[in-house]
Amino acid sequence: MNDYNFAYLDEGTKRMIRRAILKAVAVPGYQVPFASREMPMPYGWGTGGVQVTAACLRPDDRLKVIDQGADDTTNAVSIRKFFQRTARVATTERTGDATIIQTRHRIPEAPLSEGQILVYQVPIPEPLRFLEPRETETRRMHALQEYGLMHLKLYEDIARHGEIATSYAYPVQVSGRYVMDPSPIPKFDNPKLSNCPALQLFGAGREQRIYAVPPYTQVISLDFEDHPFVATKAPHACDLCGDDGSYLDEVITDDAGRRMFICSDTDHCNSRRAAGHVGALTGDAA
Amino acid sequence: MYVAVKGGERAIDNAHAFLAEARRGDPTVPELTVPQIREQMALAVARVMAEGSLYDADLAALAIKQARGDLIEAIFLIRAYRTTLPRFGSSRPVDTGTMAVVRRVSATFKDVPGGQVLGPTFDYTHRLLDFALAAEGAPPKAPKAETLGPMPRVGEHLDREGLIEPEPAPDPACAPPPPDLTRTPLELPAERALRLQALARGDEGFLLSLAYSSQRGYGRTHPFVGELRIGEVMVEVEIPELGLTIALGSITVTECETVNQFTGSKTQPAQFTRGYGLVMGHSERKAIAMSLVDRALRWQELGEESTGAPVQDAEFVLMHADNIQATGFLEHIKLPHYVDFQSELELVRRLRAAAHDHESKQVPEGQEAAE
Repeated sequence: MNDYNFAYLDEGTKRMIRRAILKAVAVPGYQVPFASREMPMPYGWGTGGVQVTAACLRPDDRLKVIDQGADDTTNAVSIRKFFQRTARVATTERTGDATIIQTRHRIPEAPLSEGQILVYQVPIPEPLRFLEPRETETRRMHALQEYGLMHLKLYEDIARHGEIATSYAYPVQVSGRYVMDPSPIPKFDNPKLSNCPALQLFGAGREQRIYAVPPYTQVISLDFEDHPFVATKAPHACDLCGDDGSYLDEVITDDAGRRMFICSDTDHCNSRRAAGHVGALTGDAA
Repeated sequence: MYVAVKGGERAIDNAHAFLAEARRGDPTVPELTVPQIREQMALAVARVMAEGSLYDADLAALAIKQARGDLIEAIFLIRAYRTTLPRFGSSRPVDTGTMAVVRRVSATFKDVPGGQVLGPTFDYTHRLLDFALAAEGAPPKAPKAETLGPMPRVGEHLDREGLIEPEPAPDPACAPPPPDLTRTPLELPAERALRLQALARGDEGFLLSLAYSSQRGYGRTHPFVGELRIGEVMVEVEIPELGLTIALGSITVTECETVNQFTGSKTQPAQFTRGYGLVMGHSERKAIAMSLVDRALRWQELGEESTGAPVQDAEFVLMHADNIQATGFLEHIKLPHYVDFQSELELVRRLRAAAHDHESKQVPEGQEAAE
């Protein structure tokens, strides 16, 4: 199947997207409008991420695709297959071996390194959207760095609940300037955004926006001095690999509502188990 | 013991095979052909061409077959195909005044030069199920009219008297080439040409409801159908290198111009105003709805007041008119979200635990329940 150009998009479109990426890298956290194309998968399935990945891919790249931290979720499989077919690039499940990682909702547990690109799929790029539905208005607010509304929302959370009641897509400020939506990653992942050696690119296809966090850029999760940001996770260790520092999925295992906790990052969990780590449910069986 | 949700790849392949089988239905029933769909589901084909923004009846019919009759899915197939096509340039504006008309009616005048031409319309049919259609029969025959000449537009008669606003001159800044939504991101506020482009490929149901809401008082537009015409127009392209214009072929379009009341202002005497709708293919409902929405969106330009109605809000209308964007975002919530849901679970558990602690602390000392 080689009827399509390398990585599906035509060269003119890729050039247009690369220009938007360059601008995004030059102005960290700023949402650059781009002429998003209609892709052969639906909006909401990662069309923004797919276009960014397509624009960055080279034939010698090694691609990893994850959804919910896992390489084997259906949409991750589907997107990986798309690039195998249209770009014939090598793929991998190993975080360390990948040159480009496209992700939905997670940052891998293993630290990223220089030269890697992490591409996020973004549904709603505008962190202020749920406070102000108008694009014309939110663009003005960013231009004037008028972020009072966001701080007010966080303050109201504390007044009502005693803590900031945002657990994912937790807003950040990039390089002391733009407030940015880190995509719907759990706030557990937020600290990994900052000072990351890899280039982080964010693509929102339906909303036609690209933004970026260049390597080694400071990214701060919004908080208050007396209510500092805390990265949270389920208070358990992985039942398969025993890690108590990784982000966990909760799996209901029977009709009585019993549950187990396992690493959301499948590569992380598999690597640990291969290295001999065991969890509560694998201790004896292993 | 936990079994990991592996085998996504095999599950996807099997689901696709199942889909293909389900699409075909009972194999003892003859398979639909693309020409059958093109000829006998012509209005579905027209909708797919219009909202898919690609005028190709055979491809639209194929898409309908592949999508099992789900028109939004068929539109999506056409859009995804359309993006892979190179763009050579833009045509000259089509001249609907020279349209080879198959239907043309005006609701504002009893008769107009060129006449009222009903054409193939459902308007005066009684909606009684025709059980005879359940059987195959000889193809029905209609009497042939003599060929109709070009018809002047109804608006021009009002224009001559100055009763209707003159057609706004084309903005030299945007001609040519006109703005293209599919090549540049939509920026707001959007000029009328761009708004009309978005409406022309917008969802028929969405435009219908918006237009209906304006008729019921949410941003009233007082519309009369000045003229509705359906027919074939020539598409021509200028070749500047050769200094000539060539005709690429003809397409069917539906055009609607509404005449709307306008009470005038301090600087302008009372005058009728225009709303405009133009849709590829035979699509009356959408062309009429589009012209109402277009008129409602012009409130600022005409010095009217906004009543805060949805149909007057250009950002609201333009950002939500595209059914491929809408259906994608709506349906994506069925994709896995368990990472985010997990973080919400923990948050709600933590908040509930905190609330519980708080309550038990408020119990007077000495009466604390033993836990």
